[in-house]
Amino acid sequence: MFKKLAISAVAALTLSTGAAMAAGGAGHVEDVDFSFEGPFGSFDQNQLQRGLQVYTEVCAACHGLKYVPLRTLSDEGGPHLPDDQMRAYAAQFDVFDPELDDFRSAKPTDHFPSSNLETAPDLSLMAKGRAGFSGPYGTGLNQLFKGMGGPEYIVALLEGYTGETKTQAGVTLYENTAFPGGWISMAPALYGDDVEYADGHPATIRNESEDVAAFLMWAAEPKMMARKQAGLTGVIFLTVLTVLLYLTNKRIWAPIKGKKTS
Amino acid sequence: MSGIPHDHYEPETGGAKWLHSRLPIVGLLYDTIMIPTPKNLNWMWIWGIVLTFCLALQIITGIILVMHYTPHVDLAFASVEHIMRNVNGGHMIRYLHMNGASLFFLAVYLHIFRGLYYGSYKAPREVTWIIGMLIYLMMMGTAFMGYVLPWGQMSFWGATVITGLFGAIPFIGEPIQTWLLGGPAVDNATLNRFFSLHYLLPFVIAALVAVHIWAFHTTGNNNPTGVEVRRGSKAEAEKDTVPFWPYFVIKDLFALALIMVIFFAVVGFMPNYLGHPDNYIEANPLVTPAHIVPEWYFLPFYAILRAFTADVWVVMFASWITGGIIDAKFFGVLAMFGAIIVMALAPWLDTSSVRSGRYRPMFKWWFALLVVDFIVLMWAGAMPAEPPYSTISLIGSAYWFAYFLVILPLLGVIEKPQSQPETIEDDFASHYPKSGTPAE
Repeated sequence: MFKKLAISAVAALTLSTGAAMAAGGAGHVEDVDFSFEGPFGSFDQNQLQRGLQVYTEVCAACHGLKYVPLRTLSDEGGPHLPDDQMRAYAAQFDVFDPELDDFRSAKPTDHFPSSNLETAPDLSLMAKGRAGFSGPYGTGLNQLFKGMGGPEYIVALLEGYTGETKTQAGVTLYENTAFPGGWISMAPALYGDDVEYADGHPATIRNESEDVAAFLMWAAEPKMMARKQAGLTGVIFLTVLTVLLYLTNKRIWAPIKGKKTS
Repeated sequence: MSGIPHDHYEPETGGAKWLHSRLPIVGLLYDTIMIPTPKNLNWMWIWGIVLTFCLALQIITGIILVMHYTPHVDLAFASVEHIMRNVNGGHMIRYLHMNGASLFFLAVYLHIFRGLYYGSYKAPREVTWIIGMLIYLMMMGTAFMGYVLPWGQMSFWGATVITGLFGAIPFIGEPIQTWLLGGPAVDNATLNRFFSLHYLLPFVIAALVAVHIWAFHTTGNNNPTGVEVRRGSKAEAEKDTVPFWPYFVIKDLFALALIMVIFFAVVGFMPNYLGHPDNYIEANPLVTPAHIVPEWYFLPFYAILRAFTADVWVVMFASWITGGIIDAKFFGVLAMFGAIIVMALAPWLDTSSVRSGRYRPMFKWWFALLVVDFIVLMWAGAMPAEPPYSTISLIGSAYWFAYFLVILPLLGVIEKPQSQPETIEDDFASHYPKSGTPAE
């Protein structure tokens, strides 16, 4: 009986932990099949480059990515821009250099600029900082099985404007079905055809939202590919070790248990 | 050292004799690793090794993380991002440390509940149990302070809420809180002392673990029957036991490897599943998160803390009888610490003459209910403090106390235990009928 109890206790513990994530957020968010979900999923390099374009041409007007070094744009497992493109991209930003006591164009070792607007949050970690809405009933099962998390929230938020506005204490608020509480101070950012994709991908609101959400997931978790690779290597080698130890254990206990050894 | 009779180390070579007469360290290691261990231990006896491994994992990954971490309110969050983005392998080290804490607590809970079911806390193992409880308290302190170090939103607000508990102590609460924080609010002084203690306490835990192991090596392991190993002679003891090496070392390592497969899958594929997303937002003293929730392993006790609101009759009674000195907040704090204290007192609250729950027909069901209660409290702790969750927490808390303070003492009197096997050898033979005969 205890064995069964122990197993169900472990199972219930594992499930109930997701409950921690349930708190907060009543907005409506739907699952999106991103290429980077699951143990074998990986970032779509083209999507990350399109997302970078949306970020640069739309989001960056207000928001920043202050924790993301520009050089990582050419890292493998990320947008993987060619070195010269990454340098050219970096050079468009002016950063203040305390040693020169003046502004200069950004170098690859500099970070993305921070937010232009005081009220616009930095987006470096947004895809991880908004992962905790997944239900059902505070179990976190959607996050576990569908991989729902921050990127889904970002897509839902960008698509969730109803067109209604209200003014509260001199601030215009926009109704949004994904935002907890329903009213957000960020104006709708995407209207369709906000950018012109070089690869001819149609720039619908849906495509733009998904692309920028994928890009922000990379910005929040740039080592995701390396991490999954390490995880997979660990799982494979440890499985082999487990099998060997199982056989060893069986063999050394056989005489004690009065079983035959081959 | 008394204990189960067994062979001791005899130095053979000249060098070994030379060392042994000056420092018998090889003998100590030999006696430790060759301890006669009941041969009927089941798979719930593997958690000790898992816990030892967790402690080593946390200390090693922690020491590496410290090499790149900066304990300052303006730099801590950025330094963690530096580890995650720029330090070679830093993201893996941090995720191992982060999820290592979860594995540590999962293992410690299973270890504790194993002890509660098989009566491992009973005489003569009370000291082992009490030291274990001290280790558990130290673990909670260490984990809590470690969670503050990344200086995310949940770090900051968790620290504010938990240190606020000390402020609930009547009269001296506020000076104590200020003294703990190093100032009027959670700030740089708090972060620095938490960092210092988070580095120190694991070594205190390591020392307590050594004492924990020493204590149960003196009394011998408990086992699923609760029947003691026969100690009349070495030959008699050998019928009930096998040496720890290689039999249980290999068995435990097999279990550990299997757990590591799952652990690496979590670290590699879903490292943030067990964490709170708000901790990826830098601490901001001006913005309070909608729900302040501790890590999953604190949730049962967090539920007990919040269960006793001002409208609960025991709280009203306590408040009335103390003239208002004990208010709802202080009552909650007392209940939370009390929940661990009653568990620590289990050796003296359990009156049954039978050690193992396996031979206690009524106890089994009350114990199963305690496990369910623990899981329900964990879930309720994650929910907002409003009906129906507050009522569920209250019922769950009441059962927790009732189990230790009422059910355990009463069961020993009213329960009629089933017959136990005479010896461990008999129990083992009932599982492996051929075990008595020599193998071919």
